[in-house]
Amino acid sequence: MAKRIDAKNVDIYYGAFHAVQDVSLTVEPRTVTAFIGPSGCGKSTFLRTLNRMHEVIPGAYVKGSVTLDGTDLYAQGVDPVAVRRMVGMVFQRPNPFPSMSIFDNVASGLRLNGVKNKGVLSDAVERSLKAANLWNEVKDRLGRAGMGLSGGQQQRLCIARAIAVEPQVLLMDEPCSALDPISTLAIEDLINELKEQFTVVIVTHNMQQAARVSDRTAFFNLAAQGKPGRLIEVGPTDTIFSNPTEKATEDYITGRFG
Amino acid sequence: MATATAPNDLQGGDAPLSFRKPSGSRTVKNALATVYVTVATVLALIPLVWVLWTVVSKGIGLVLTSTWWLQSQRGITPRREGGGAYHAIVGTLEIGLVCALIAVPLGVLGAIFLVEYARGTKASRVVSFTVDILSGIPSIVAALFVYALVITILGFGRSAIAVSLALVLLMLPVVLRSTEEMLKLVPDSLREASYALGVPKWKTILFVVIPTAFGGISTGVMLGLARVMGETAPLLILVSYAVGINFSPTSSTMASLPTMINSSRDVAPGLPGYDRTWAAALTLIIIVMLLNLVARGIARATKLKEK
Repeated sequence: MAKRIDAKNVDIYYGAFHAVQDVSLTVEPRTVTAFIGPSGCGKSTFLRTLNRMHEVIPGAYVKGSVTLDGTDLYAQGVDPVAVRRMVGMVFQRPNPFPSMSIFDNVASGLRLNGVKNKGVLSDAVERSLKAANLWNEVKDRLGRAGMGLSGGQQQRLCIARAIAVEPQVLLMDEPCSALDPISTLAIEDLINELKEQFTVVIVTHNMQQAARVSDRTAFFNLAAQGKPGRLIEVGPTDTIFSNPTEKATEDYITGRFG
Repeated sequence: MATATAPNDLQGGDAPLSFRKPSGSRTVKNALATVYVTVATVLALIPLVWVLWTVVSKGIGLVLTSTWWLQSQRGITPRREGGGAYHAIVGTLEIGLVCALIAVPLGVLGAIFLVEYARGTKASRVVSFTVDILSGIPSIVAALFVYALVITILGFGRSAIAVSLALVLLMLPVVLRSTEEMLKLVPDSLREASYALGVPKWKTILFVVIPTAFGGISTGVMLGLARVMGETAPLLILVSYAVGINFSPTSSTMASLPTMINSSRDVAPGLPGYDRTWAAALTLIIIVMLLNLVARGIARATKLKEK
């Protein structure tokens, strides 16, 4: 249920724009890895290459290799749709499907991939909502619209939707940036539970959040506006926050950046 | 009043904060603007209400009789009472239905192409431009085009299907444009959420994008249908009026409400045939209104409860 990601010499381009330069990084199974860094440093862009979501933007392409337990995601003939079934994603803003009920939202990934058995679906919905700590709040109104929930509940609904398809890896792109502190805490607790089953990668602008939830931290930076973002250093979160190798990391973490 | 207009009050300055009512000139301007927009609204409503009142008051008598909805005009002269508009209602609904069956799939699929597959490309600009031109075509031009193509060149006779084809040319741009706008309103974040679940693009469009935009799309379809059901020129050119009931869309005569209105409009006032003009007009309005209500009902029934 959890796999290792190996990225080697990854360069990301949007047309002529070189967005991310030469990133090599390993994400261990059943850990939480946090990507931190200033806006525009390419951490979200890099995250999106881990399930080929950046390809949704016309003109985007990648050089280098990303492997999931040894299988190259960018090899010839690899279907990005199949990759995304393995590597799920939670976005910055909660985005439940407005036309669907709470139940249908969570079941959507399975249903749209051909699962029709009602028993299987309702088991998966209950299991995922419980895993997302949302079951007790919504179990009596599974038929109501997902859009009727609060922002924090919607984000947990989206997490339930993402884990219902049982991905190997869960990518989270600033999942708490649109939420209040209480909902943020709920999501952070959830991330701690999720890492028992999944490999989690989270992009965050919140230093304390990275320190609280992650086992390993990767710091991204860019030399100047318009220059490609680069990976400055990666290591155990404790080390990165207490005794970083690079001065740039220390400056950013202690707030002396820029 | 004098202190309220002093520039100090607007700038803040050293003067104390003032929460007094606006100055005299602003009160007057506000009153004038309020009167102006109210009068404009009333003026715009007068002809609408007038038309509606005239049609309802002159047509309601016949429309409320049961024979109106159940009988045709076969064997009825303008001097005789009786008969109904059943033949014309059947014709209008049939022509509208055939038209919608062709125009809705074309329009919706065309809009999906423009928004989901060709957004920002040259192809989409060319198609958009063509659709804009198409939406400006007068109905008589569409009718003559179909006449030239179907009757003169291909050699078919006049028929209700030919009318439907001409109406497709009028309905297609309405459906395509409104569907396009609705699909554009669906946030990309929903498409991305679906892709991130490993759902292929076509399933994303079919099961996420279209259901999200469904209410708007059905409204566009109903607007288009309402527009074409009242068209008269294609009917006059492409099919003859008939006083009897005809279900066959391929035969050369079929009644419809616009042509029923047209055929009875020069009857002298006071004769029974004269009242049938107004009743047919009211029937057309009622049918269009019912279609709108049905569309809204469907949109409401498919919308989920939030709380």
